[in-house]
Amino acid sequence: MPDTPLLQVTGLNGGYGGKPVLQGVDFHVNEGEIVAIIGRNGVGKSTLMKTLIGLLPNQRGTVHLRGQQIDNLSAHRRARLGIGYVPQGRDVFPRMTVLENLLVGQSISGRKIDGMLEQVHGHFPILQERASQRAGTLSGGQQQQLAIGRVLMGGPSMVLLDEPSEGIQPNIVQGIARIMVDLNARTGLGVVFVEQNLDMIRAMAQRCYVMDKGRITASLTRADLDDQDRLRSYLSV
Amino acid sequence: MVDSLNLVFSFLYQFGDAFAFLVLSACGLAVIFGMMGVINLAHGEFIMCGAYVSTRAAHAGVPMPLAILLGAACAGIAGMIVELLVIRRLYQRPLDTIVATWGISMIVTQGMLILLGPSMQGVGTPFGSFVVGGYSYSVYRIILMLSAVATLAVLWLMFTRTRFGLLSRATIQVPHVAEALGVNTNLVYSVTFGLGAALAGLAGGLYAPTMTLVPTMGASFMVEAFVTVVVGGADIFLGTAPAALILAVIKAGLTSWQGQLAGQIGLLIAVIIVIRILPRGISGKILRERG
Repeated sequence: MPDTPLLQVTGLNGGYGGKPVLQGVDFHVNEGEIVAIIGRNGVGKSTLMKTLIGLLPNQRGTVHLRGQQIDNLSAHRRARLGIGYVPQGRDVFPRMTVLENLLVGQSISGRKIDGMLEQVHGHFPILQERASQRAGTLSGGQQQQLAIGRVLMGGPSMVLLDEPSEGIQPNIVQGIARIMVDLNARTGLGVVFVEQNLDMIRAMAQRCYVMDKGRITASLTRADLDDQDRLRSYLSV
Repeated sequence: MVDSLNLVFSFLYQFGDAFAFLVLSACGLAVIFGMMGVINLAHGEFIMCGAYVSTRAAHAGVPMPLAILLGAACAGIAGMIVELLVIRRLYQRPLDTIVATWGISMIVTQGMLILLGPSMQGVGTPFGSFVVGGYSYSVYRIILMLSAVATLAVLWLMFTRTRFGLLSRATIQVPHVAEALGVNTNLVYSVTFGLGAALAGLAGGLYAPTMTLVPTMGASFMVEAFVTVVVGGADIFLGTAPAALILAVIKAGLTSWQGQLAGQIGLLIAVIIVIRILPRGISGKILRERG
C-alpha cells in the first residue's frame, strides 16, 4: 500500500503579513526520513519552519502530519501531536536551570516518559553535569544540545531543526549529527532540518530540498549530496 | 530598659503591619505585571470583590477563614472572565491594557454603587487586642502579618515546585518557544491572571474586617501596591518581597516618628528615588547582574 507520508506540505503560503515570504511550498517527508532544506539566507527557510509548527499563520496551502491536517491548529496543539521544534538561536529558557528546561519539553507528550531523562542525559552528558546550572549561562553548543534534548523529552515522532549548526564548534556539530542519525536509525525519528553547513548536511541528510525565493526549486537524492560543487552552488550567492 | 523594649516592639509591630499591607496589596498586581506585562488598574476592584464576597459570606454564617478564601476564589474567577473577554485581545498592546483595566475599574465601582449602595456593613475586627507596655495592639494585625508571610511562601512553592510554576516561568521567559513545545500559553495566561486577581481578592478578604466597605475601597490599596511593584520590578520574589521589606522600614520608621502622613510621603519619595536609580526595580537590577 502507498504509505501516508509523515509530513506532507502542499502549496504553503505564509509569512509576516503583507507579501508572503512563502510562495507555495510543496514537499514531503516519509516516515523515518532525515530531510534537509537548504538555500541561501533570506529565502524563507526559517519562516517555513515557523509556519510548520504554527508560530506563523499560513495564508494558503495545507500541512498534514500522518494524514491529519494540522495547519488549522495552534502551535501547542501541533507540538502535542509529536512535533519537536528546535528554533534558530536555540531559545532556551535562560533563567531556568538545564533540568527545568528539559522538564518543559515533556509538554510535547503531556506526560513524563519513563527513562527519557536518562536517555537524553545519555545522548548529551553535559546536560546531566550542568543540570542545576542556569541555561542562559551555557555556551552556544551546550544550549543547542539542551534545545534538542528538550524536545526529545517529549518523545516526538519528528523534529524540526532550524540551523542547528549556527555558531557552534565543528566537533559539537558532528556530535549532534551523529546523535540525530543514531536516533533516526534506532527509533525511526523523522527529522527536517534547515541548514547551510555542508558538513552537517552531508552527515545527516538522506534527501534534500533546495529552497529559493519562497519555493522549493529542486529535490536532491543522497547521491546528489555527494556532489560537493553542485551543493555549494545552491548555497553560495 | 523596659521602655526601650516596648519601643522596639512597637516599631516591629508597625513594621510588620506595613510589610503585610504592602505584600498583600501588591502580590496580585506583581504576579500579573511580572508574568504578563499587564498593568492591571482594576486591581483595586478585585480587592473590593474579595472584601465584599467574604463579608457577605461571613454575614451569612460562613466561618471567617473560609469566607476569606471564598472571596479570593470569586475574585479569581472574575479575573479569569476579565482575561478571557478583554485582556486576551490586548496582549501585544500594553498601553491599551491600562486604559481597558481602568475602564473596568470605573464600571465596577460605579456599578457597585448603584447595585449595593454607598457602603456595606462590615463584620468588625475579630480577636480583640493585647497590651504591651501600656499600648494596645490588635491580635488580628498579627494574623495579617502571618498571612502575608504564608502567602509569599505558598507562591514560592507554587512557582518553584509545581508543573504550573515551571510552565508559567517558561511562558514568561520565551512565550513562543513554550507554545511550540506544547504549552498551552493562553491557558497559562488565563490562570496567571486569575491567580493575580485571587491574590487581590485575598487581600480584600483579609483586610475587610479592618476597614469600611465602600465600592471605592480598592483605591486605598492602590498606592501601596503600585509603589511596591515599581520599587520591586517584575519578579515577585526578587522584587516584591524585598521592596516590601525596605518600604515597610521606611513607612514604619516615618510613621512612628512623624505620623501617618509622613509615612505616606516617605513611600512616594522612596519610589521616586528608586525610579531614578533603578528604572527596572530591584529585581531588574538583580536579574541583569546575574546575566
